[in-house]
Amino acid sequence: MKDFKRVPVPTLERLDQYPLGSSCKSFHITDMNAGWRVFKPVIDKDKCVACYRCYLVCPDGAIHQSEDGKFEIDYDYCKGCGICANECKVKVIEMVKEAK
Amino acid sequence: MSQPVKINARTITKDEYFYGHKACGGCGESLALRLALKVIGEDAYLSLPAGCMAAVSFIYPNMAFKQNAIITPFASTAAVATGVAAGLKALNKNKLSVGFAGDGGTADIGIQALSGAIDRGEKFIYICTDNEAYMNTGIQKSGLTPFGASTTTTPAGKVIRGNVKPKKNMFEIVAAHGIAYAATASVGYLEDFMMKVQKAKEANGPAYIHVFSPCPTGWGHESDKTIEIAKEVVDNGLWYLAEFENGKFKLNKTPKLDSDVRLYLNAQSRFKHLTDDDIREIEALREEKWERLIKEWS
Amino acid sequence: MSRNAFLNGNEAVAYGVKLSRPNVVAAYPITPQTKAVEKISSFVQNGELDCEYMHVESEHSAMACSIGASSVGARTFTATSSQGLLYMAECLPYASGARLPIVMMNANRSLATPWNIYGDQMDTMFLLNSGWVQIFVEDAQEALDVTIQSFKLAEDVRVMAPVMVNLDGFVLTHTYEKVSIPSQEAVDQYLPPFKPSAHMMNDEEPMSMCITAGNQHNMEFKIKQHQELFNALHVFEEIDHSFNEKFGRSYGGVLEGYQNEDADYLLVTTGSVTGTARVVVDELRSKGVKAGIIKLRVVRPFPKEAMVRSVAGAKAIGIIDKNISFGYEGTIYTNVNSALLQRGLNLITLNFIGGIGGRDITKQNIEEMFEKLSTVSTSEAVDAVSYYNVRCSL
Repeated sequence: MKDFKRVPVPTLERLDQYPLGSSCKSFHITDMNAGWRVFKPVIDKDKCVACYRCYLVCPDGAIHQSEDGKFEIDYDYCKGCGICANECKVKVIEMVKEAK
Repeated sequence: MSQPVKINARTITKDEYFYGHKACGGCGESLALRLALKVIGEDAYLSLPAGCMAAVSFIYPNMAFKQNAIITPFASTAAVATGVAAGLKALNKNKLSVGFAGDGGTADIGIQALSGAIDRGEKFIYICTDNEAYMNTGIQKSGLTPFGASTTTTPAGKVIRGNVKPKKNMFEIVAAHGIAYAATASVGYLEDFMMKVQKAKEANGPAYIHVFSPCPTGWGHESDKTIEIAKEVVDNGLWYLAEFENGKFKLNKTPKLDSDVRLYLNAQSRFKHLTDDDIREIEALREEKWERLIKEWS
Repeated sequence: MSRNAFLNGNEAVAYGVKLSRPNVVAAYPITPQTKAVEKISSFVQNGELDCEYMHVESEHSAMACSIGASSVGARTFTATSSQGLLYMAECLPYASGARLPIVMMNANRSLATPWNIYGDQMDTMFLLNSGWVQIFVEDAQEALDVTIQSFKLAEDVRVMAPVMVNLDGFVLTHTYEKVSIPSQEAVDQYLPPFKPSAHMMNDEEPMSMCITAGNQHNMEFKIKQHQELFNALHVFEEIDHSFNEKFGRSYGGVLEGYQNEDADYLLVTTGSVTGTARVVVDELRSKGVKAGIIKLRVVRPFPKEAMVRSVAGAKAIGIIDKNISFGYEGTIYTNVNSALLQRGLNLITLNFIGGIGGRDITKQNIEEMFEKLSTVSTSEAVDAVSYYNVRCSL
């Protein structure tokens, strides 16, 4: 389950708005990685057998189980590495060229 | 003693603790971290040295770890992690401290601090994500670069073709400390890796896991082949799955020692310069290593 | 109730540490600091001090472990000297950038090469830019008191910075004096347990620490650290007052003037040489010479305003440096000159370098320094830098 919220970029107009020390809240995610992709994985949900393999092997954790038990991709953070497609046991993930 | 729950994709938490990081697509190291954290849990304290995983995860204002996490000086993963552990203990907080470092941060610059920390016997977990070179600085040779590999400081030259030394034997160096638990693993065998992280978590003292983690950028392989390559290297015996527990070594998997190593080597541009003689040398090293492992650990 | 004991500087620091109740001590032995860590470990081994004592394998790990412990809010102490200080050097700006209130004793000792275990202040001057508060103490009592004060200073929310307490190697670390040891109850009241700062790692709101800030933000992080380090000056003055109220001992704050108010000739000192200088000043005063001392206690942050105020009426000032910044002059001399010139004080200043590698700075040397100050005039061409108690002609 995707369980975090992206937060806005902090306002940094004065020095006192900068954090104390070199610290920042954990899981403070302000941007996306979508622009990295050349190919995007597309799961054929009808043929997906929900074996969890793609979810397990994703280095970005960008594949999440949806309510119906099938898996879906968080395209905001998928980098298009293709591991999921390569590892899919039933070969129902296709790498599709991103339209530029 | 309770039997550990079988750990696999279905039983680990669905929550993600490592998200939005800037690691290269197909990064084996980031996959190892992501899954280790799912086993280790949300309330652990993480220490990572300056290296790839720190560089991709703490870029202000983007923080990719959900847990408490700190970048350590390069040499100091194990020192900071045990300092964190001592601090938590002194404050009566029963939390786990975990260090993650790469091959250079572990086998080269961090080996002294790691040795000191294991020797002190404090409870902490140290996970070495081994991608066989200094990748963050641009693929320079480390003490864990394998024989033959071309790196930017051991290029395939006219006289010397790639790295001339085999990998430093970190697993046995660590085991020689009499550590509570140590294991080798590979992102090609993820359930095995996660099971070992669970054992490390339960160990009564320091624990060390050395996980083989392909780097598409540094090794010159397709980004979708990370798992495949990490599996093949175990199957052909160039890497191994083993544990050190209760003072004894144990092999977890027997490879096919007559398999052709070319399937593994040819998938990576860092090995493309190798001659037939070089490949025979790699096979000879494999034979020599396994002869000893089987004799001593089986 | 306080009690008196006969302690050397190292032991005095150890008692200061014990009374401050640190949660974690991580230290590696090095001459001449060893007696301090031995004493602290014996407190721990005997159950007199309840803390995690980490037997680290190097000074680099001593500071790295301290960083780890402090980053979860543990009160943390370490101690080192000389080569050890430089070995951990990488970790010093690391700790200060992370705003970790670690307290460290440094036994000032010469740097190799040539090898030498005796006292000078080359080691700590090497690290003046590390972002640590640097305090120098004169005697064992001050060492004990300042150790306690340093935790209070480091942990003050306005400061939140690591503090280094400097003791001259051997002359102070190994010399025994009568020292008043405050009661645990009194110190507990004065220095309550540390309340971890929100920027440290914690269970309620997990933090990422020692993060990366690229060229887009790095400079602002650094300027913030720099500006806030100056708060240590007035907070240390406050602490000197509150300590005096509680324990009846004051050391003058960031610097102590001794017979300086009407002085014509002033010596700026750091650390143990001040004691010798006091004797000389007393003698000169009895002969009608208006001599005085500025004992510089805090060298970073540099107490520019206090320094300018304290020396304003003098005719000539001599700055004793137990260090050489190779290729220039004594480090404190440079710092004092900069402060005076920025405030338009065009005084005669001379640099007296001595005490290198454990060489004594004798009473006679200090008399010679005052003599030189009283005879120099603006029209006179002098070499501003001179060396004392040197064996051969230069």
